[in-house]
Amino acid sequence: MSYWRVPLDIQEIEIPHGDLHIIVERCKGCGFCEEYCPKDVLEMSTDFNRKGYHYPNILKQGACVNCNLCEMICPEFAIFCLEGEPRHPDPGEVIQGGENREG
Amino acid sequence: MSETEQEFTETLTIPPPEEDLHHPMEQYLRMERLPHIWCSTCGIGTIITAFISGLQKSELDREKVAVVSGIGCSGRAAGYLRLDSFHSTHGRAIPFATGLALGNPDLKVAVISGDGDLVAIGGNHLIHAARRNINMTIVCINNFNYAMTGGQAGPTTPLEANASTAPYGCYEFPFNLPYLAESSGAVYVARWTALHIRRLTNAIAEALLKPGFSFIEVICPCTTLYARRNRLGDGLDLMRFYHDNAIIRHGADTREVDIGFQDRIIVGKFIDKEKPTFLEKRDQYLKSKLGEQFIPYKGPNDGH
Repeated sequence: MSYWRVPLDIQEIEIPHGDLHIIVERCKGCGFCEEYCPKDVLEMSTDFNRKGYHYPNILKQGACVNCNLCEMICPEFAIFCLEGEPRHPDPGEVIQGGENREG
Repeated sequence: MSETEQEFTETLTIPPPEEDLHHPMEQYLRMERLPHIWCSTCGIGTIITAFISGLQKSELDREKVAVVSGIGCSGRAAGYLRLDSFHSTHGRAIPFATGLALGNPDLKVAVISGDGDLVAIGGNHLIHAARRNINMTIVCINNFNYAMTGGQAGPTTPLEANASTAPYGCYEFPFNLPYLAESSGAVYVARWTALHIRRLTNAIAEALLKPGFSFIEVICPCTTLYARRNRLGDGLDLMRFYHDNAIIRHGADTREVDIGFQDRIIVGKFIDKEKPTFLEKRDQYLKSKLGEQFIPYKGPNDGH
C-alpha cells in the first residue's frame, strides 16, 4: 500500500507486528504458507530439513502483520505467529516511490 | 571421504532441532502421535487446525466435547486430537456418535470423517441420523476418492474423473452431499474448501453450537492419488483451483450445488433452520402421551 503523500495521522497509526516461529523439523514443504502470506514474508529455502523437505525461511524480517493465516493454513502445525510490539510506520515506506512500493 | 560424499554433506546443512518451540495448538493435539501420516500438501491437517480454532471459538467446555471418526485418511483425526476421541470401524462413526449423544445428552459430539466412510459404507447411518435430528456435528472431508486404499472411485468421484478402479474415467453419477443432508433433515448444511479456513472455522463454531444435526462438507485436496491420477498438479495447484473456481453463495438451492470434474464449486452456508432435536421431540411427545408418569432421562448422573 502506498500513498502519494505522507498521511497526516501517520503518528497515530500502529502496524501490528507478529513474531514468526517455524518448527523446521515438522515441515513437509507444501508451500501453503509461502503462497498465501499476504505480505510475502516467507520464501521456501533451498536447504532440506531432516525429512528431506524444503522448509520456509523468513525473507522480510519484521514485515509480518500477525494475521495468523500461515498458522491456520499449515497442515503440519509447523509455523505459528505470536503477537509482537506494534510499530509506527516510517514515512518513507508509505509514500509512492518509497522502499515498500508495489508493482 | 570421497569428493561426491563431501559435496553432499556440504549441501545438506541440517539446522539444529528447535526443542523449545511449542505451537499454540499443541494443547489440543496428542503430540506423541505427531508427525501425522497425511501427505505433503494434503488439506486434512488444515481442516484439523480449523476444527480446533472453531472449538476454541465456540467456547465449549473441552470436557463436554467428544470426537468420533471412522476409517480412511481423515479417520486418523480422532487419534491426533487431545479430546475424548474414538476411532471407530469403517462407516460406523455415526452409530457410535449416536450412542454417545443419546447416552450423555450434555455431550457435544463431533464426527470428523471422510466421504468414503460417511457416505459410502456409512451412508444409511448418515441419512438416519439426519432424519432423527440427533444432536451432532458432522465434518465430512471430501477428497473425491478412497485415498487411503489406493484411489478407488467412490460415491463422490465426479463424472469423468480418473480413479484406480475407473481408468477410463468415472461414469457413475456422484452424490450431491448438501442436497442429501438437507433432504434427509439436517438443520445446518454448509460447504467450504480447505482454502476457506476462516469461514470454515466460523462454520464449525456455529455448527458446534447448533442443537441438532449439522453437516459441513469440506472439499480437500488429495495430492497423491486424485490429483496425480488426473494430472492436476499437487495440493497447492488444487488450492489455487479452489481460489479461482469456488463461488460463495449463501443460502443457495442445494439441488444446484453438485460438483463436476474440475468444475465450479459452490460453497457457503446453505441451510440454517430450527427443528426440535431427537431428544427434545422424544421428551415432548412422551410427556404429552404419558403425562406425569414419564420421567425424562437427564444423563449418566441422573440416578435412574
